[in-house]
Amino acid sequence: MSSSLTPDAPVFVAKTKGGRITDFVDQRVGGSGILREFGRKVFPDHWSFMFGEVALYSFVILLLSGTFLTFFFDPSMAETHYAGSYTPLKNVEMSVAYSSSLNISFDVRGGLFMRQVHHWAALLFVASVSVHMLRVFFTGAFRKPRELNWVVGSVLLILSMAAGFTGYSLPDDLLSGNGLRIIDGVIKSIPVIGTYISFFLFGGEFPGTMIISRLYMLHILLVPALILLMIVMHLFMVVVHKHTQYPGPGRNDGNVVGYPLGPVYAAKAGGFFFIVFGVVAIMAAFFTINPIWNYGPYDPSPVSAGTQPDWYIGFVDGALRLMPGTIGDWKVEQIWFGHMFTFNVLLPALVPAGILFTVMFTYPWIERWITKDNREHHVLDRPRNAPTRTAIGMAGFVWYCVMWAAAGSDLIATHFHVALNDVTYWLRALFFIGPVIAFIVTKRVALALQRKDREIALHGRETGRIVRLPHGEFIEVHAPLDEYKRYKLVGFESPSPLPAVPNEHGVVDRKERRRAKLSRWFFEDRVAPVTPVELEAAHGHHGSHEAVEAADAQKTLSH
Amino acid sequence: MKAISQKRRHPLAAIALLLMGLLVTGGLYAVATTVNQAKADTTYSASDVAEGGKLFAANCATCHGVGASGSQSGPSLVGVGAAAVDFQVGTGRMPMQMNGPQAEKKPAQFNEAQTKQLAAYVASLAPGPAIPEASVIDGKGDAAKGGELFRTNCAMCHNAAAAGGALTRGKFAPALAGVSGQHIYEAMVTGPQNMPVFNDANISPEGKRDIITYLKQIESNGSPGGADLGALGPVSEGLFVWIAGLGVIIAFTIWLTSRTS
Repeated sequence: MSSSLTPDAPVFVAKTKGGRITDFVDQRVGGSGILREFGRKVFPDHWSFMFGEVALYSFVILLLSGTFLTFFFDPSMAETHYAGSYTPLKNVEMSVAYSSSLNISFDVRGGLFMRQVHHWAALLFVASVSVHMLRVFFTGAFRKPRELNWVVGSVLLILSMAAGFTGYSLPDDLLSGNGLRIIDGVIKSIPVIGTYISFFLFGGEFPGTMIISRLYMLHILLVPALILLMIVMHLFMVVVHKHTQYPGPGRNDGNVVGYPLGPVYAAKAGGFFFIVFGVVAIMAAFFTINPIWNYGPYDPSPVSAGTQPDWYIGFVDGALRLMPGTIGDWKVEQIWFGHMFTFNVLLPALVPAGILFTVMFTYPWIERWITKDNREHHVLDRPRNAPTRTAIGMAGFVWYCVMWAAAGSDLIATHFHVALNDVTYWLRALFFIGPVIAFIVTKRVALALQRKDREIALHGRETGRIVRLPHGEFIEVHAPLDEYKRYKLVGFESPSPLPAVPNEHGVVDRKERRRAKLSRWFFEDRVAPVTPVELEAAHGHHGSHEAVEAADAQKTLSH
Repeated sequence: MKAISQKRRHPLAAIALLLMGLLVTGGLYAVATTVNQAKADTTYSASDVAEGGKLFAANCATCHGVGASGSQSGPSLVGVGAAAVDFQVGTGRMPMQMNGPQAEKKPAQFNEAQTKQLAAYVASLAPGPAIPEASVIDGKGDAAKGGELFRTNCAMCHNAAAAGGALTRGKFAPALAGVSGQHIYEAMVTGPQNMPVFNDANISPEGKRDIITYLKQIESNGSPGGADLGALGPVSEGLFVWIAGLGVIIAFTIWLTSRTS
């Protein structure tokens, strides 16, 4: 035995058995290094930053509850007669898929609860993804360097909708069958190739005997795998880019101010998973979702009143409901060259969704081109401080909501005792006018809020205290802001329009002129942030506001 | 026999044959349809009819005309039968509170005896659908068959869970929870408001009994999965997850990120 191994050197030996095991693993895996790196990652604290986490946790809940459901679900469309314990369907002819869904609901222990957990979590998943995207959009978090992560997030939104829709159809009940029928109709409305795609998808004429098992494979294999891949990319980029932060004292594009991941933030995030799980579990325990036993087995002939898709497909259904069959005397459904072109289905089903998703994917580049802003941004915009972007977002949001509301037009009619026809006419009008009104109103509100901020930064907060001065004048006492709060109100950028710039040949080309025009549209209405000079002037003018309270009449008179 | 065969080439033979055919089919049709319609109810006493006539003159004749022969403001009630009166008056739809897209349900304005007298009076004017016998509304039929009939014939307006649905121009199909078997049956045979008539050739009395059984059974089953959110399907579910689900979670996020300072 060689003694040159310096046996005297202090070797770390853990005191407890657990510590020794941990040390053994750490020496081989290097966990402490990873922990040191990740434990120091700083996350800014704000409630609006947590929707991505809600989405992630909902996805975990979906994986867990979904695995349970696969143990009992049989996606076969073979015909059978129901023999389970729900008497109103006893001996009714149905598919094995529907029968096994009913068995999960009524004969598998805890099955109905798990089905409801899965479905509520699915609705929450898409909802939290959407709210997360709205937060990212309205705070400008998609700007450099996060454009690609925005695209990954947009792909995740579409994948989550795909996951939801494929799952919604699996029980093979009347409601989801009606939904599939609409999808079949939309596919068949695609000119020339539509019929072929439909036959390919359904393995023959609708409904066929294949679709449920095909959707099942997509639902439990392909779509979740893609979602998982995208989540990994998404989170990897979050680590690379670091988290954004709201403007505040000491925060700039070069730093991140917040709590380190370990231990407080990690504990909070871990606990938050159980909170989300708890909320979903409470909803599943006390509130019915998708009572498939009410709908009965799918049969292409009956259609129930109040047939809607789950909320995230609602806007497409709404657009279909809004589309008129004739415009004036012109039939939207046309026969050309002896072939039927059903534009009254094709246009509403594909065009609004196409516009929404195209703008969603390309918006970071559109804004970058208009503003020529190529800098990195890690400090977020407060929505009011980017009035035009906020207005564009609200216009899109309202447009979506009009279509969304249209999907429930029949329920609006019955529950508010108005005519279904009037609801449709109003929503048709709002489909075009709504976004315009939303754009104008939002922009004005944002500018007004900026002016209010400016006012507060310069003159302080209104206290509501009215003071009568010795000579009889009434004044309202303004309390000065502390520096930290004031920073929030003054620390933002308000770019002015960027005029057209000649290119390297000294020519202002048409594209550049168009860009300059858009830049003017984007930035012409602006409220400049308060400058230090203005602040100095406002304060130096009448000293501190406490001095006013001291009833120095002469001084305030000059105010 | 020989005489007929000799005259078969007579110029009027074709016309005679046509007449014969029309008489036979018409006669058969009349017999077939009156099986359903012509049930002049004989259970009412003469005093019921007389009292009903007085009630009618005082409360209904303004719109439905003297002798129920109809006016500008209301249709003739000759031949609508006792079932129609029992449904419309028994559910409070008649007398109508106001003009609108359709007469709405409200607390009944007449008691049972008065409703019976009114029904007796209208039934005495001409034969029409009678009030169903207890055996077809007892709710002891086959619920599964009733469910299939309901989904095929009723769900497109009343919703698969019988939660009701919208029709055009402010009209609607009402929710069916809490409606008595008798009223459901009467609605099927008389087709009130915008509802089509489901006569006995369309859905047999046994089928109607099954439908009533199904409706009563899903009503008494309640909602196995917890609160049913109005049984309105994905719209109320979506509304719930956005407002209650996300609302509670936002409250938690605010709590988690708030500082103690």
